[in-house]
Amino acid sequence: MSMKSTSPSEPRRGFLVASITGLMGIISAALALPTAGYLLGGSKHKRPADWVAAGDIAKLEPNVPEQIVFERVRRDGWKTVKEKASAWMIKTGEKEVVAYSPVCTHLGCAVSWDGAAKNFACPCHTSSFGTDGKVLAGPAPRALDRFDIKIDGTTILLGEIRQSDKA
Amino acid sequence: MIKSARAWIEDRTGLESGINHFLNEDIPASSGWHQVFGSIAMFLFMVQVFTGIMLAMNYAPTTSEAHSSLRYILTELTAGRLMRGLHHWGASMMICIVVLHMLQVFLWGAYKKPREATWMLGVVLLLLTLGFGLTGYLLPWDNRAYWGTVVTTQIAAKAPGMGPYILTLLGSQDGQIGAVTFARFYGAHVLILPAVTALLIFLHVYLVRRHGVAPAPVETAPPIKFYPRQVFKDTVAIFVTFAVLFSLAVAVRVPLGKLADPTDVSFIPRPEWYFLFLFELLKYFEGPLEIVGSMVLPGIAVMLLFLTPFIDRGKAIRLRQRTGAIGVLLLAVIGWGGLTAAALTSTPHRDAWKGFSAEEMAAVGNFRRADCWKCHASSPGESRPGPNLADIAVLRDRDWLVKHFKDSSGEAGRGIRDIQWKQLATFLPKLDDDNVASLHAIPQSLVAGALVYQQNNCGACHFINGVGMKTGPPLNGVAKRWDRKWMEEHFVDPDSKSPGTIMPAYKFSPADMTAILDYMMYLTE
Repeated sequence: MSMKSTSPSEPRRGFLVASITGLMGIISAALALPTAGYLLGGSKHKRPADWVAAGDIAKLEPNVPEQIVFERVRRDGWKTVKEKASAWMIKTGEKEVVAYSPVCTHLGCAVSWDGAAKNFACPCHTSSFGTDGKVLAGPAPRALDRFDIKIDGTTILLGEIRQSDKA
Repeated sequence: MIKSARAWIEDRTGLESGINHFLNEDIPASSGWHQVFGSIAMFLFMVQVFTGIMLAMNYAPTTSEAHSSLRYILTELTAGRLMRGLHHWGASMMICIVVLHMLQVFLWGAYKKPREATWMLGVVLLLLTLGFGLTGYLLPWDNRAYWGTVVTTQIAAKAPGMGPYILTLLGSQDGQIGAVTFARFYGAHVLILPAVTALLIFLHVYLVRRHGVAPAPVETAPPIKFYPRQVFKDTVAIFVTFAVLFSLAVAVRVPLGKLADPTDVSFIPRPEWYFLFLFELLKYFEGPLEIVGSMVLPGIAVMLLFLTPFIDRGKAIRLRQRTGAIGVLLLAVIGWGGLTAAALTSTPHRDAWKGFSAEEMAAVGNFRRADCWKCHASSPGESRPGPNLADIAVLRDRDWLVKHFKDSSGEAGRGIRDIQWKQLATFLPKLDDDNVASLHAIPQSLVAGALVYQQNNCGACHFINGVGMKTGPPLNGVAKRWDRKWMEEHFVDPDSKSPGTIMPAYKFSPADMTAILDYMMYLTE
């Protein structure tokens, strides 16, 4: 090619460049916004956990924490899974019981009852919680979370897990 | 600060000068709107990669979970339908654009020396695009996917000599397809094909740069720069394409059919529209000649396409001097169009509720009797107080549903018996995108007829669509055996029409008689 190449005049060039940027911007936004909703929006049809039977209050010893394992049905993405779950239960009265989620509020390790020290101990970063659920030591930011509870006769029914307030 | 960072990046990587070099390529002054298709194809490929990755974020690629995870994407996730719509329609548009791109190159004679290799790579890219379509078709794992792929693998199985090996390669065992085939198709669709395609696109573009954009027969003006004039035209074309794609994804719902069911003999398999011509071609070659339609002709066509630059070695570029080439092109277009049209017109129309049992028809009847539609719509986008059954999947268990029916229907549902509620609760979760419209689309007379059928326990002796007993004659096709008048008289006094029959007489109200006769007359097959 012996002929020298030509370029558009300055104002026209400005218009072309602005159009290219603008149109590409619109396309990017039209893809980015739905993508944000898609990745961050979560499931559209949330529903509360069903009440699930977990043990017999008559069989609990007063004021002695006991780990109760029960079976629950949970929506896991596109699946409905039947799985084992557990709660630390303390009978506090004839018809009263508290049930703690066994998940440490720090980073999610499973807490267990330390009979000698009389507290719930986390094996990961040495957080410990009292029988009232409150933080005794360690990095845990808040008390143990509790299950909603209903008593039907002597059957204990567990519902949603309520997040405890920040200490 | 920014300036020095920019200088640093340029110095260490040469990024900026590389981009400038790419954008400031000389192209012929004759370049213009006819050369936008390559860029659009590249853009669509990127959209497919992006939406494909997004779908993969919420998709389980196994036969046991593919369908339910895709349903989760469609019904539970924000913009889930949009993502799938973009991917689905993007695939179809990709085919259109790639073909238009080839057509343009062909008409402008741009495949001629020295650009033969660019053309041949392009043909391979076309085949890869079709490969994406073929493998992706299986991934929803609904009936459409399953039966379409059964046919595909069976065609491959008939390749002389190599058939059994191809079949094994496709993961098919004993002529069946299942988990292995699914995994192979998925692996090909998301690992092999994208990698190979990306590499070949790179080489294809490299060759375009090496030989330069094909000039017009006579270039009168000096060359121009690729950027910004041609980039502007490409961008406008890309934008228009994207606008069409986005509108399709929003407006035209891509159905997710019934979960793949190898026992469903009522399903009519059809391939995606761009394979319909091959599908139709197979109808014309029977017995030992079948291979001509399935392998020989398509094989020859691909070879001819691939070798086009060597078959047509004439130097002429102007269309008027290339009557032969244009003739071949016209024949190809007519052949493709004719076969596709023939396949479309010969596709039987089948109402989604054609295969419903009397029980399921009656369930629709009870849905309407109980005024469920006051809260629940069954066509996309319609807004009513309760969930739209076209937009959600019914995931509740039967007991929950029965309780909900009783609690919510009030006065309207008073006359409906428990067994009928249970049947409705069994029926609703089976609805899918293909047949959810049945809730409002089945003519009321058929639904009413099915209710009469059910209330009189006709199913205790008779058989419709695979459900019921066979003490009495099966009722499918009864309308072909007897006319309406005969049926009516038979209901009133069976013995007068078929002496010795054990069927009791039925004294229907005039409305019930009309309804049950309508229903019986509809059972033509």
